[in-house]
Amino acid sequence: MCDQTFLAIVFGPCDKCSKEKPLRPVYIKSEQLSYCSLCVEMTSTLPSHYHPPSKFKKNKLTLLYGAPQVGLSNHQLFAVHQVAERVEALGQFVMKTRRTLKGHGNKVLCMDWCKDKRRIVSSSQDGKVIVWDSFTTNKEHAVTMPCTWVMACAYAPSGCAIACGGLDNKCSVYPLTFEKNENMAAKKKSVAMHTNYLSACSFTNSDMQILTASGDGTCALWDVESGQLLQSFHGHGADVLCLDLAPSETGNTFVSGGCDKKAMVWDMRSGQCIQSFETHDSDINSVRYYPSGDAFASGSDDATCRLYDLRADREVAIYSKESIIFGASSVDFSLSGRLLFAGYNDYTINVWDVLKGSRVSILFGHENRVSTLRVSPDGTAFCSGSWDHTLRVSA
Amino acid sequence: STTNNIAQARKLVEQLRIEAGIERIKVSKASSELMNYCEQHARNDPLLVGVPASENPFKDKKPCTIL
Repeated sequence: MCDQTFLAIVFGPCDKCSKEKPLRPVYIKSEQLSYCSLCVEMTSTLPSHYHPPSKFKKNKLTLLYGAPQVGLSNHQLFAVHQVAERVEALGQFVMKTRRTLKGHGNKVLCMDWCKDKRRIVSSSQDGKVIVWDSFTTNKEHAVTMPCTWVMACAYAPSGCAIACGGLDNKCSVYPLTFEKNENMAAKKKSVAMHTNYLSACSFTNSDMQILTASGDGTCALWDVESGQLLQSFHGHGADVLCLDLAPSETGNTFVSGGCDKKAMVWDMRSGQCIQSFETHDSDINSVRYYPSGDAFASGSDDATCRLYDLRADREVAIYSKESIIFGASSVDFSLSGRLLFAGYNDYTINVWDVLKGSRVSILFGHENRVSTLRVSPDGTAFCSGSWDHTLRVSA
Repeated sequence: STTNNIAQARKLVEQLRIEAGIERIKVSKASSELMNYCEQHARNDPLLVGVPASENPFKDKKPCTIL
């Protein structure tokens, strides 16, 4: 977040080929060995029809039944790519920056689209929250928060209010008006109170409820009008960095990702964790539901994005490349779910073919980390915010 | 304290049992459903198929000439 965290890598002789290389832990017949990445790949050849037994879940069973017999710590056994072999490959994509929104005085940390497909709210390290018209690049509203590092912001479904928060440990709602001498700060309403920084917030289907995620390791559901806590969600072992609500109208689940490398799916009414996934090697910075609601993608500091299917209850795809070594900070799907846009800390945006697992495009333009990325509600463009103080709308 | 740890471990095992007990479908079935969703909605996806500049508010329109 503020400071760069690095993954500690062990160097040494590989247990298989004896070469001095960076090592990864591998479990073979309940024994832990250290293999170099080449030997890890070579031992991973399993027959393509291999289906693990239905109750096999790598990390869960390690706790309940002992170490898994065969298998590698994080290798994909069966993926969407094999099933999608017959699908046509995508052609070349030409996407360019169409609008650049300048005005923030420091790193842009978060942004959200309004349902009118035109307005954008963004928040930055200098404490400013700005509402833009992305067609004209004009600033429509601006408010200065009493804290710096406003890490979360969200637009209300009605378009009449925005929510934001960060190091103040709170989530505040500001109604938007078009009065001449608008004083947004005066109408501020404090809704959520956490015991550590606010990392993400989102309105539910209405303006009346807000879901928040915090560095205190919990998520919470709040009533906007009264500020009352409606439900809290405990289970993450470390800071929760992101959340996303399931897309359906009647949906009452959401997914959250955290520094404990877990992505957890919650039932909003009971507060119960329904499913959890722990295959990433580092903090999960961003989670986003697939448009159908049956799966979600995650972007992590381990430089990979992964797709998890909720009904199969496991990871079904990894989007990674040897050349990508910087963490993914933000992910979002295109309207049909075929494309996954991911913003990285190496200043680029990679566009992945969700079904084939290959990268279809790479976008340059930002001069610092891409910290946030969202596709517009009608899918015509996507907006990316960066530590270079700007937001770019590309199509 | 050990009683605390035991209670915590019990809760963890309970949660794991709940999670291990849910109904799962095969990955091949789940993947083919994801594929079908993509195919069904592909033509309505502006970033995938591209929309003409005249319909995309972000793309620059060609200048018009008045004859």
